[in-house]
Amino acid sequence: MPAERRPLSRTALAWMMVGEWRAHPGRVVTAALAIAIGVALGFAVHLINGSAQNELAQAVRAVNADADLQVHATTPLGFDEMLYPALARSPGIAAASPVVELSARFGAGPSRSLEGGGLTVLGIDPLRAAAVTPSLLGRGAAPEAGASGFVPESLFDPRAIMLSPAALSASGGKVGETVTITAAGHSVDFVVAGVLSGPGSERQVAVLDIATAQWLFGSVGRLQRIDLKFVGGADPATIEASLRARLPADAQIVTAQSEARRGDNLTKAYRVNLEMLAMMALLTGGFLVYSAQSLSVARRRPQFALLRVLGLERRGLLAQVFVEGALVGAVGAVLGLALGLGVAMGTLRFLGGDLGGGYFRGTTPDLVVTPLPVLVFFGLGLVAALVGSLLPALEAARAQPGIALKDLGDRNDPNAKPAAWWGLGLLAAGGAAAFLPAVGGLPLFGYLSIGLMLAGGVAAMPWLSRILLSPLQGVGRRSVAIDLALKRLWGAPAQAAVALCGIVASTSLMVAMAVMVASLRGSVDDWLTEILPSDLLFRVESGGFDADARARIASAPGVGDILFQKTQPLRLAADMPPLVLLVRPVDKARPDASLPMIGRGVAAPAGVTPVWLSEPAARLYGHEVGERMILPLGGANPQVFVAGVWRDYARQAGAIAIDQADYTRLTGDDRRTEASLELKPGVSPAAAGRAIRAALPPELAAQVQFFETSQMRAIALRLFDSSFALTYALEAIAIVVGLAGVAATFSAQTLARTKEFGMLRHVGVLRRQIIQMLATEGALLGAVGVIAGLGLGLAMSQVLIHVVNPQSFHWTMETRLPLPLFASLTVALIAAGAGTAVLAGRRALSADAVRAVREDW
Amino acid sequence: MSPPVLSLSALRKSVPGGRVLFSGLNLDIAPGEIVSIMGESGVGKSTLLNLIAGLDQPDSGSVAIDGVALESLDDDGRTRMRRDRIGFVFQAFHILPHLTLAQNVALPLVLQNVAADQATGRATTMLDSIGLPGRAGDRPSQLSGGELQRVALARALVHRPALVLADEPTGNLDPETAARILEVFVAEVRGSGAAAILVTHSERAAAVADRSLNLTRDGLVHAG
Repeated sequence: MPAERRPLSRTALAWMMVGEWRAHPGRVVTAALAIAIGVALGFAVHLINGSAQNELAQAVRAVNADADLQVHATTPLGFDEMLYPALARSPGIAAASPVVELSARFGAGPSRSLEGGGLTVLGIDPLRAAAVTPSLLGRGAAPEAGASGFVPESLFDPRAIMLSPAALSASGGKVGETVTITAAGHSVDFVVAGVLSGPGSERQVAVLDIATAQWLFGSVGRLQRIDLKFVGGADPATIEASLRARLPADAQIVTAQSEARRGDNLTKAYRVNLEMLAMMALLTGGFLVYSAQSLSVARRRPQFALLRVLGLERRGLLAQVFVEGALVGAVGAVLGLALGLGVAMGTLRFLGGDLGGGYFRGTTPDLVVTPLPVLVFFGLGLVAALVGSLLPALEAARAQPGIALKDLGDRNDPNAKPAAWWGLGLLAAGGAAAFLPAVGGLPLFGYLSIGLMLAGGVAAMPWLSRILLSPLQGVGRRSVAIDLALKRLWGAPAQAAVALCGIVASTSLMVAMAVMVASLRGSVDDWLTEILPSDLLFRVESGGFDADARARIASAPGVGDILFQKTQPLRLAADMPPLVLLVRPVDKARPDASLPMIGRGVAAPAGVTPVWLSEPAARLYGHEVGERMILPLGGANPQVFVAGVWRDYARQAGAIAIDQADYTRLTGDDRRTEASLELKPGVSPAAAGRAIRAALPPELAAQVQFFETSQMRAIALRLFDSSFALTYALEAIAIVVGLAGVAATFSAQTLARTKEFGMLRHVGVLRRQIIQMLATEGALLGAVGVIAGLGLGLAMSQVLIHVVNPQSFHWTMETRLPLPLFASLTVALIAAGAGTAVLAGRRALSADAVRAVREDW
Repeated sequence: MSPPVLSLSALRKSVPGGRVLFSGLNLDIAPGEIVSIMGESGVGKSTLLNLIAGLDQPDSGSVAIDGVALESLDDDGRTRMRRDRIGFVFQAFHILPHLTLAQNVALPLVLQNVAADQATGRATTMLDSIGLPGRAGDRPSQLSGGELQRVALARALVHRPALVLADEPTGNLDPETAARILEVFVAEVRGSGAAAILVTHSERAAAVADRSLNLTRDGLVHAG
């Protein structure tokens, strides 16, 4: 009778695993750490992004409250307030509430930072707001609060203001005390009349009477927003369509959905890129697990054969290697989740919710942890380890026990040519994927391309190492040690590839990121030189310089050539973040004298206003040179001509440059907010600054901020480095993981060859010759790893530079190579390879040579 | 007369390249019988053991254990047959270095899903009877070659197989230790009631068997 089929023996699996881990704990720990690092990075980035998104949503709720629909101005200049009665009388509208919305800060005088104060001032009509957005109304000084329709009397007091808890805290004052608020170039004292109790109290929001806001902040007759409430049962789509037809060009419909999309669009590319980079780290972890498991399986081949002979079925062996991988993955994933939580907490505290990206300055979001991401990242860690264990497990199960049990040594045929088609095919597929377009604004095929290239590069390693080592075959004739090392590496390229895969994966990813960051930094540096040619820059935070102020500045002592410009936010689409309108003198015949142009521009036809789009604006809105577009400015809908595209790394949401004369003609706005000037010979920036302040009215002079060009450049590069802080951290981690992989792999391979060393000692090879052989092998493997990693990394960097960056951030750059980093990487990897092999070799050689050749395993 | 534990009929095996190791090989082994097989190096003794264990496939012919033809079983079926009905002793011992002696011996039992406590208990008893009392918790690195082969013998018998396959069990041992191991081997195999095939180069080892055969290209012939 055939023996009955029984379930797998858990005891046998447990004994084998525990025994192996007890014997080689270091290898298990290294593999688990590799997974942990990948999971930690991914989880941390996800948590930070989630918390930041939550913060953004709260911010939107805090300012927009609970209207059914809003009409927003496309620029901070607002729209004509006569739109309010027109909309209020529209069919389907139950109530409308006009709003003045201003960017502001506490205190008078110039701001201490470049990023603004983070306070939003809302001027409302309390009676209207009570019907449409009651949550904007606070408790006031009254003890009872909150009920819809409650209107605090204090809001009718022209010097009273209500603050959100965050704003109250930022002001440093208390209810009943006086605070100074600066907005639109005006500093005004208010008495804090109460605290807002609406949603999003984490944000800095100040609410006051609308007439007061218009009067005190120079916005009479203008509104930035109208909040609308529908009648019960009305169809929102019909109302929206009807309203859209009535809107002037400088007003736009905003819904909760479009606001959410806008917030999402603002940071989507940045978030997805960071998550992808973290996933790459996890992929590297998977390769290290593969490396560790392959070596472990190769070393235990006779042990597995014994188990097969004793009656363990193939699936049992498969299960053992898989369960080992799963446990390594599970331990690594749990460790990674804990580490990721810590990293997220630390990052939110020290870098903020944008990881230094500059999107949510001035806020510290609360950490939001939900069960789903925990499960997902645990699963990803597990899957990475299982995928890393798949090939070794199949290899273990496929081995013929009768042959493996004899452990006849290296069964590779040195003359067999390693197959190249698999690796080259993946590399070609990776190259092809790079040419595919973005999906939903994300470079998903770009990342697929990088993943395929990585897999192809690793799969091609046996073939590549054979090619690289072939020319060296004659080199070692005079030295036994070098000859042995070369012959082994050349004759067993698959083994070399196992050792190399972790190194190549981590090195290539690191090289790719380093080249991309160096290229972007270099391009930004050049761009800064081009856009900051003058000696001194200054700006006024709000309001601006009128013609009189500009004339005073131009005639101030020490001031040479001076150029005034204005920047202001401009909304082209409700679901996109606002871009920047750059108003400055532009030579229409030679725009490259005014802007860092990409390619040649086209002259606008007579009678059509030319504009020049920044590269991100052109890509985001799909405009090309020579096209016409609508520019929502000044209540009109002027058709403008795209006369050229210029390079801009500062404004990811895009920018549109327009000649100042055209802007003033279209809007009637003659104020300018920024200036750059040349100093007359012998005049210091400080002296010129003092002269300019002296020439201006005291209130305006107090708000002017000066920046020396060199200081500005340093600030820009500091912001750049801060934006890439996490990328640098990922690079550093990739180096550490890569070197740990080198150490673990070489050490395992060397210790597995104790029997070979014993044999060599028997036939008369000196101990130092074996050490020399191992050092040569290690150095050669390191060198092959560096060459392959550099080559693959450079190819992947081109995908990052020419596919991922343009598709994510809508800017292009020229490739720059961080040669000092390459040099130090080469030295580090070769030294690590040789050093680890020698250290492990000394340990392997410490065993008695006679015993080594007689050893069972 | 009891049916044979092992029955080989018209077995033929060649190696890659076409060289025929043996053909027309027939053999029946009765329960409790010990058979030694000798032959020159490369004649295919180990290959024959691999065929009997279902680790390799013959070109033609049949291998039957307890009346079950191995060629009728798939890989899992042959594996289960090995696990339940066959015990192995190897020249190179093959004792797992990271398991205790009791765990090494108990492996065939735990592969049959015998509870760990019960398996190690039976393994400890086996170690006691084979001359290693009180050593159940030791690690293999603490043992000599002869002691390791005793452990291997205990592992081969602990699950009471019908057939024990021993491939040069004394090949790595000095003559004195080899003699003691053979003595233990015969005593334990006979005590268990199992049949055994002893592949060896040593005439002294072959002499302990009930029947001695020589493997040639034409099959098995009685040793001189």
